[in-house]
Amino acid sequence: MTTADLLEKVAQVLIGLAVFAAVVGLVMFVVDRAPKKRRDVVQLVAFLAPACILLAVGLIWPAARTTYLSFFSRSGQWAGLDNFIWIFTQEDALITVRNTVIWVVLVPLLSTAIGLAYAIFIDKSRGERFFKALVFMPMAISFVGASIIWRFVYEYRQSGDPQIGLLNQIVTLFGAEPVRWIQEPPINTFLLIVVMIWIQTGFAMVVLSAAIKGIPTEQIEAAQLDGTNAWQRFLNVTLPGIRGSLVVVLTTISIATLKVFDIVRTMTAGNFETSVIANEMVTQAFRAGEVGRGSALAVVLFILVLPIVIYNIRLLRQQREIR
Amino acid sequence: MSVTPADLPIPGSKPARGAIEVAEEGTTRTGRVKKRLTSRGATVAALVIAVLWTIPTFGLLISSFRPREEIIDNGWWTIFQNWGLTLENYQEVLLSPSVSAPQLGSYFVNSLAIAIPATIFPLVLASMAAYALAWIKFRGASTLFIVIFALQIVPLQMALIPLLQVFTSVIQPAQEWVSDTLPFIPTSNFLQIWIAHTIFALPLAIFLLHNFISEIPGEVIEAARVDGASHSQVFFRVVLPLALPALASFAIFQFLWVWNDLLVALIFSGGTAEAAPLTQRLAELTGSRGQEWQRLTAAAFVSLIVPLIVFFSLQRYFVRGLLAGSTKG
Repeated sequence: MTTADLLEKVAQVLIGLAVFAAVVGLVMFVVDRAPKKRRDVVQLVAFLAPACILLAVGLIWPAARTTYLSFFSRSGQWAGLDNFIWIFTQEDALITVRNTVIWVVLVPLLSTAIGLAYAIFIDKSRGERFFKALVFMPMAISFVGASIIWRFVYEYRQSGDPQIGLLNQIVTLFGAEPVRWIQEPPINTFLLIVVMIWIQTGFAMVVLSAAIKGIPTEQIEAAQLDGTNAWQRFLNVTLPGIRGSLVVVLTTISIATLKVFDIVRTMTAGNFETSVIANEMVTQAFRAGEVGRGSALAVVLFILVLPIVIYNIRLLRQQREIR
Repeated sequence: MSVTPADLPIPGSKPARGAIEVAEEGTTRTGRVKKRLTSRGATVAALVIAVLWTIPTFGLLISSFRPREEIIDNGWWTIFQNWGLTLENYQEVLLSPSVSAPQLGSYFVNSLAIAIPATIFPLVLASMAAYALAWIKFRGASTLFIVIFALQIVPLQMALIPLLQVFTSVIQPAQEWVSDTLPFIPTSNFLQIWIAHTIFALPLAIFLLHNFISEIPGEVIEAARVDGASHSQVFFRVVLPLALPALASFAIFQFLWVWNDLLVALIFSGGTAEAAPLTQRLAELTGSRGQEWQRLTAAAFVSLIVPLIVFFSLQRYFVRGLLAGSTKG
């Protein structure tokens, strides 16, 4: 990168910000000087219109158009439900659907289970904050970065050569042959899922830990006086006490998992039978030129996410009302 | 008290604190003396999880400082037998001008050039809309709010294809026309990706900021209005300063979301060194040069450094913002 390039980019950003500020400032200036009678209406429009127009043009209309496009073939001919039939009958597409199901079953369950266990184990311990930061850290970094971190763990070297990937090092320590983890279905899908679990556990842990702290101490002490053991207290006091948060965590992670794209794209680009719907959508629409199929995949994704999101939102509202 | 994902600090309450800190306080409240882990088994299990969660990152970090021959020939855990640390990898991925080098310097600048405006634009537009929905009385306000709120359920993927068509058929020609007529405004390579991120951020941003802004005491705003302040004056002088904690949480969340994003960049950046962010470059490198670990390790850390700094320095806002935005996308 030359200095000229750098200056040019800085200039682009500054001009972008300046134009934006100028437009907003100008609108505000004009609005304040609108004729008194109509001022309230003008002000309302000035405040709301930018966001509403952007949403209409950039989200509502595109979503409708994607749905419409999903009924057309590659050549622009009306195709009825052909694209959807393709998703659920053609072998490669079926693998994609199957993988998505595996992802959305395993990731929420395992990350929540591990997150919950960890939250309980470190609860009220020395250095709790530090332990939390360790597990929460993956939430901060990009899925792409996380994928590189794990690709390095899965790296393969020929049998006999020193291994540089941790997983194969462990495998060879036990005398087994090293494996090309990323290229070996069906294990590779599960290894990609590990990356997502690694990321989402921190989220589950922080939310559940806060929920655990919210359980009244009296309840736990009462259970202790009754002579219950730790496992009974967990089942009968802790678990009912955090039920709401538990469901929120599960649904939230399910939504994130259904939309997962970056991990698959970076690790395998969807090859070796690892593709999922969100990744296949991009591949079909922007690589293979199959706009109809890509749109149909997006619609399927939307339909899958819809009930979970509605449930998630309803839960959140209930929890707010309770407080 | 449960920390739900839609929690943002409420005005008038104690200063904003993250879940981690709230949790800390709970500790001291329940038992003044910090006790040890519940049992030995639990201690071991917690340690195992902590180690498992840290080792992969740690291994990559160590490797990024090892010379090329060492990375490729032996595992990072043998570093004491095969000693050697170097900054060469970082120097190469960031600064080397050679065509085959990753040249991350320029992508790093792109990431910043994308993320800063893509944080400010939605923040301003969303707080304006949130203010109008909360404090300008008009018929249909609550319906409109629910519609915007409901838009959160639309996955990004639903909008990509048509939005790209709009951009190539409307924005590009418009931009060319502007820079032809007003030559002092250059065409911006970032414009499409700024607009895309702004649009995708709006539903969540309006929802969160509305929750916050609508809880500002009515008397404060009424008083200013009675004194003859216009809505824009109230907005800039009263509402924005009061909403600062919520704005900060959302800004940090949005900045990191954009910084870490791959999908939107892949579709709207064009993929060249002119506009593509770090994530896109990294994904490209893993595809084409998946074996050059001396570059990949250092490159990965160049992209991780900004999120990690934000994470460790602004943890309270970060956790809050992240929990609030966890279903975005």
